[in-house]
Formats: sequence, structure tokens, C-alpha cells
Amino acid sequence: MTNDWEEIYQRAKEKWEALEASPIHIRIGTPTCGRAAGALDTLKEFREKLEKEGIQGQITEVGCMGLCFAEPLVIISKPEIGLPPICYRNVTYQEVKRLVDGFILGDDPCLELALGTLDLTEDAAPYIPEMLRFEIEERLVLRNCGYIDPQDIDHYIARGGYLSLRKALGMSPEQIIDEVSKAGLRGRGGAGFPTGRKWDLCRSTKNEMKYIICNADEGDPGAFMDRVVLESDPHSMIEGMIIAAYAVGAYEGFIYTRMEYPLVLDRLEQALMQAREYGLLGEDIFGSGFSFDIETVAGAGAFVCGEETAMIASIEGRRGMPRPRPPYPAEYGLNGEPTVVDNVKTLALVARIMGTGAKGFRSIGTPSSPGTAVFALAGRIEQIGLVEVPMGTTLRQVIFDVGGGVPEGRELKAIQIGGPAGGCVGKEALDLPVDFDSFKAAGAIMGSGGMIVLDENNCMVETARFFLDFLAREECGKCIMGRLGIKQLSLILEEIVRGNGREEDLNLLEEISKDLAEGALCNLGRTAPNPILTTLRYFRDEYEAHIKEKRCPALVCKDLIAYYILPERCERGCEHCVLTCPTEAIVSDEKTRTKRIQQDKCVKCGTCLEICPPEYNAVIKVSPPDRIKELEAKIGG
Amino acid sequence: MLDEEGEVFKEVFSYFPARRRYLIRLLQTVQQKLGYLSEDAMKEVALHLGISEAETFGVATFYNQFRFVPLGKHHIVVCMGTACHTMGGQLVLDGFERELDVKVGGITPDHEYSLERVGCIGCCTKAPVVLINNIIHPKMTPYKVAEVFAGLRDKGSKSSEEHQE
Repeated sequence: MTNDWEEIYQRAKEKWEALEASPIHIRIGTPTCGRAAGALDTLKEFREKLEKEGIQGQITEVGCMGLCFAEPLVIISKPEIGLPPICYRNVTYQEVKRLVDGFILGDDPCLELALGTLDLTEDAAPYIPEMLRFEIEERLVLRNCGYIDPQDIDHYIARGGYLSLRKALGMSPEQIIDEVSKAGLRGRGGAGFPTGRKWDLCRSTKNEMKYIICNADEGDPGAFMDRVVLESDPHSMIEGMIIAAYAVGAYEGFIYTRMEYPLVLDRLEQALMQAREYGLLGEDIFGSGFSFDIETVAGAGAFVCGEETAMIASIEGRRGMPRPRPPYPAEYGLNGEPTVVDNVKTLALVARIMGTGAKGFRSIGTPSSPGTAVFALAGRIEQIGLVEVPMGTTLRQVIFDVGGGVPEGRELKAIQIGGPAGGCVGKEALDLPVDFDSFKAAGAIMGSGGMIVLDENNCMVETARFFLDFLAREECGKCIMGRLGIKQLSLILEEIVRGNGREEDLNLLEEISKDLAEGALCNLGRTAPNPILTTLRYFRDEYEAHIKEKRCPALVCKDLIAYYILPERCERGCEHCVLTCPTEAIVSDEKTRTKRIQQDKCVKCGTCLEICPPEYNAVIKVSPPDRIKELEAKIGG
Repeated sequence: MLDEEGEVFKEVFSYFPARRRYLIRLLQTVQQKLGYLSEDAMKEVALHLGISEAETFGVATFYNQFRFVPLGKHHIVVCMGTACHTMGGQLVLDGFERELDVKVGGITPDHEYSLERVGCIGCCTKAPVVLINNIIHPKMTPYKVAEVFAGLRDKGSKSSEEHQE
């Protein structure tokens, strides 16, 4: 077996080196986000062009580098011209011709399309020196993402993959747990429970059967870190999972992911098959006598199944309802046997820790939260995408230096962290270091790492309503607090955004929230009040405006706003708004040709505002809707 | 039960042993093949596993994935994740409801279109997104809704995309 490995490793290395040395090598990112931006068309176009021109070039489909704002992303290496590989942004199929004619056939590197050059850091993670974000980032989990072909295990092996597993199998399980504990690894699923302690608990039970489950459910709307890791570098998680299984003494493992992620399921199946072919899964791994295999399970679309006990019920083929803990799954889990449930990133980090040792891992991050944090940046932010920063980096750095801040010069209003049950923190929290304990102190939770930036065009009350509505839809119905408490909160918020809120509602919200936090069965219920409590804490004035003045300061809540066309700005000959209004609510005055919105017909879709040419900018939103009368009276008089 | 359905059950049951823990996977596979879970389908699955129909139905109704009526020829899924909501997803959903004259979860009387919402498809960077016949339409607006329909109508009845999950 050992000899076999040497052979596999040598072959993988040669394959990788040949790829690196090929005169033309084109990497195209085709994860889900890339596909949405048109990466498959780009890929097809490159293939056709290369064939047509008879160019001997290699094309590799890679995952996501995290620079989703620049997708489709293409990296072209042409070593002979003496430049490092160049990374191109927004390469839709229309740009392919320019790149092929300019750079591949000619010597013009088409710098106007480039994002930067691609270099490697000391530990061989790719980075783009021209971009500030790469100075702040530290890529442990994302080290291979967007750089290797996730569908080729050889790429992973050539870059040092499965060496950690090899090393781990030479150690005793206790030594591994000790190393993970010394590294201070905390679960990246959100709660930050010490991984070593969880493993130890499972290891020390006397049961014959034990299981390990990778929680890749990622139901949090707004979070896509696990998707990217599994689509871009599935083996890093699988390697960690095998190590974890060996450490706790499990023979069977499950990866529970979402049916909304078809590409993840595909890539996982393929990766598992390749690992089996190489003897990395199955009987007697590396001749160590240790046997282990992994099965994938596709969830059926229930957010609550991200909770570990609900997930276990779902794998058993039942309704995904949580049960009270303790006993924790580490003692009593799948089929009643001890089960370790770990997040994708936790397991990927395990593989890194076994490589660099606990000390290397501890040198990154803060003493209480060592290592890195992976965030999915979305919402009103310039450089939407995935980032990995050392724990302890401030939110300000993450949002402004890495994410490029809020676009079009607008003001940042709030940051929504930790999924629907996380919380919204205001600007005053920008200097908060990102780590488990600081977030908790600010009233939010780290959660799995979704980070959504809100600006002045977002209403905080509406945002809280959205989360409670989501949680009310997704709670399982088992405990009364979850079933009725969340629904009640959601209904109260609904009334407030409709302008029917009463002043005593704010106290009521706080009271129910408190009860829910104490009385709910699982974390979905216990954390459900977070969106309310944090928005009340940081944005109470918005709630008051909705209740007392029936006004939505952010001009979002439909019942509290109205659209209005400023007659002095309206270009009379232009009919854009009249022609595009879906409900024919806009009429043109016969004499003056100015446009007017018939409020009773208006559905407030905002098309007129979107379509009105920017040089006129005649459509405005007002709140409360009664202001329309004032405005109309002014022209009338 | 149609003969065709019977064939599907036979095939699916042949590769899933009659074990209770395969219930969800059985339902998923049957739905993938038939497009939805018919009453017969749930009866057959229950029979295969030796559990009650009520239990089968109880599990099926718990999860969002399962549906009990067939889909339209074009299946429209509006993402209502946080990023999509932040960027105006609700307005897009309203747009589709208006254009189709059906509420979310419904299907047009001519069985051409069905409309659904989903928690998050993890494509937050292109928010708001809409999934139509498994193709992602990025950065949607209410205005683009009409455009998308024009595209779908163009394709007319030749659409042969499979209605899978």
C-alpha cells in the first residue's frame, strides 16, 4: 500500500507539473456562482476557439476563488512570455475572442480585462498582489479553491493533499485529538464548540458503532461558504473527515447536504469515488488496518435540519425534528450510537492542522479563537464573494478593505451576520474583531459565516420581519415556544411594517423574545429573537417611525410608501414609464404631457423608478403615502 | 395506477432495500422520475417499506422538496434568501405572481407555468436570482420579469428540459 501511494503521488505530481509547464493553460471558474454569470458559455467558447485555431492549450475547470463579483473568472498562464499567470475579470463569451486573438495567439496580455497577476504565497495559496484583500486574507480553507480542478483528485494530491491523513494514521487517535485540542480548533458551524472536546467525548464511549456526519446543510440564506468549498475543493473536507473518523473510531460517515446544491452533490460523489479508487476510503486505508467509508445524503429542503439532532433524524428517514440535548450526539446520535457532527470548514481545517501542527495553526487568529474565519459577503457591497481572514480581523477591514465597501458612495447602515437567527449590528460595531466571543458580546452570533451588508435602502424593521417570517416557515413545530412564539413575533412585525403597529408592541416583542430564548427546544427557536433584539438595540428609531409616524425611513415598506413623478423633472415626450408599468397605472396628462401615477392602480414594483432615464430622474418614493396629497396640492395651487 | 408508474416503482424499489431509513431517498427518487408524489406513489412506498401511509405522508409533507401536484412545463423558482431579499427579491416574486396570475406555490390552468419560492440557492452574489427550468437568471428586477417570459414563450412548446429538482 505504501508503495502504491508513492506511485500515486509521483504520478499526480508529474501530471500537475506538466500542466503548469504547458505553453498555454487556461483556468475557468465554473462553480454555481460562475455558471450564473455565464462561465459555461465562456468555457464552450474557449474550447471552440482553441480547436478552430488549432492551439495546443490546456483548459481546466476550476472552482471559485471567492472573487464572485468578477465572475466569470479566467486565469491564463503563458509561461514563455515571462509573466506570471494573469487573472481576468467578467470574461463572458463575448470577451473570449479578444483574449484568444490578443493574448493566446499574440503577445498582448489584454490588461484592460485583467484583475491582476496571480502569484503564490509561501504556503502555495494563490493570491493577486494587486488586490488589497489578499494582504489581509489568510487562506487555510480556501487554499486550493479556484486554483485546482475539483474533479481531479490528482490536483489535490499534487498540492500536498492526503499527506495529513497519512501522517495522522501513523499517530494514535488520542494523539490526534490532543493535537486538535492544542490547536484550539472551534467548530465553524457557528457555535464554536471546541472540536477536540467533542471528539474526545465520542472516542471515550464504549460503543462498537460510531458515526461521523459532515454538516454541509448550509440552510442559512445568504451563506454559501460550504457550497464554494465543496464545489471547489471537496477533498480537503473529505480528508479531514477521514482523520476525524479515525480519531473517534467511526467506520461509517455521512455527508448531509442540500438538494438545492446539485453541483455539490455531483462533485462530492465524484470525489468520493476517486478517493475509493486510490484506497483512501474503504478497507484498510494506507495499510493501517483502519476502514472507513462515506455516503452522501441529500436533504429534502428543511432549514431546521441544519440542527444536528434534526439532521440525524432526517438521515434516519424521519421528519427532521430536533430533540432536547443532552444527551449530545457525541454520546447518543445516529441510530442511538455516538456520532460526531462537524461542519465542512471545521473538517477542512482539521486537514490543515494535521499538516502544519497545532502551533502553526495557533499562530493565526486570536488566543481564544485561533485560525481563520470564512465569510460570505453579499448584499450592498462592492466586492461580493468569499473571504477568509484571520480571526480577530475587524469588521471594518472585512467590509471596506476586503469587500471594497458599499457601492455608489452610499452609506453602510448595518451588517447582518450569522444567518437568519444571527443579528444586525450597526456602524458602531465596525471595530469589532471577528471572533466567536466578540460577536457574542455584541448580541450577535458568528453563525456559519454569512455576512450581508445593508445600506440606507434597506429597512431594518422589514429585515427583521423577513427573518422571522423565514424562521416561522422553517421551524419544525415540535415545541410550543417555537411553533407559537416565532409565529407571534412574525405577526407583530408584519403589522408594524404595514403601519398597524402599536406602541406597546415593542415591549411585547422584547418579552416574547426573552421567553423564546429561554423556552425553545433547539437553537433555531432560541436564537430566533436575535434579529429583533439586535435591530431594536441598534435601530429603535426606525421601529418608532413605523409605529408613531406610519413612515418607513428607508422607503421600503410597501404599505408606507408611494411613488410619485415630479412634474418639473418629467421629460414630456418620454413615455418610458407609461410603456413599462405592468399595471398601466401611469397616465399622461393630455395637455401638459406630464406623467402621473394613479395610486389606486400602482403595485409599487419600482419599475418606473428603474426605467426613468437617469438624466431626468423624475420618479421618487415618498413616505408616508399621504405626502403625495401635499405634493399634488402644491402643483394644484 | 398507470402501467408506466408501476414500472417506475419496480425499478426504484429494486435498488433501495426495504429499510425504513431509505424513506426520504425513495420519495426523492420517485419524485424525480414522476415529477411529483402521487397518492399511489406514497401508497406504494409505504407498502414497500412496510410502514403506514400516514407516516409516509407525514414525512413527505414535512420537507419543502416534496410536492403532490405535477409541475408546470416551465418551473419558476424565485429565491427568497437574505441577499435576494435585500436586493429586492420580493418585488420580483410579486412580478411573477402578477404576470402569471397565480400565487406562489400555484400552477397556471394550462399547466405551462408553476411558481415556487426557495429559502436560498447559495447564489447570493448574483442576487436577486430566479431559477427557471434549472437555469439561473441573475440580477432580476420586476422589469426583467416580462423579458424572461418573452424568452420562455419564444421557446414555445419545444421546451424539453426535465423537471428535476
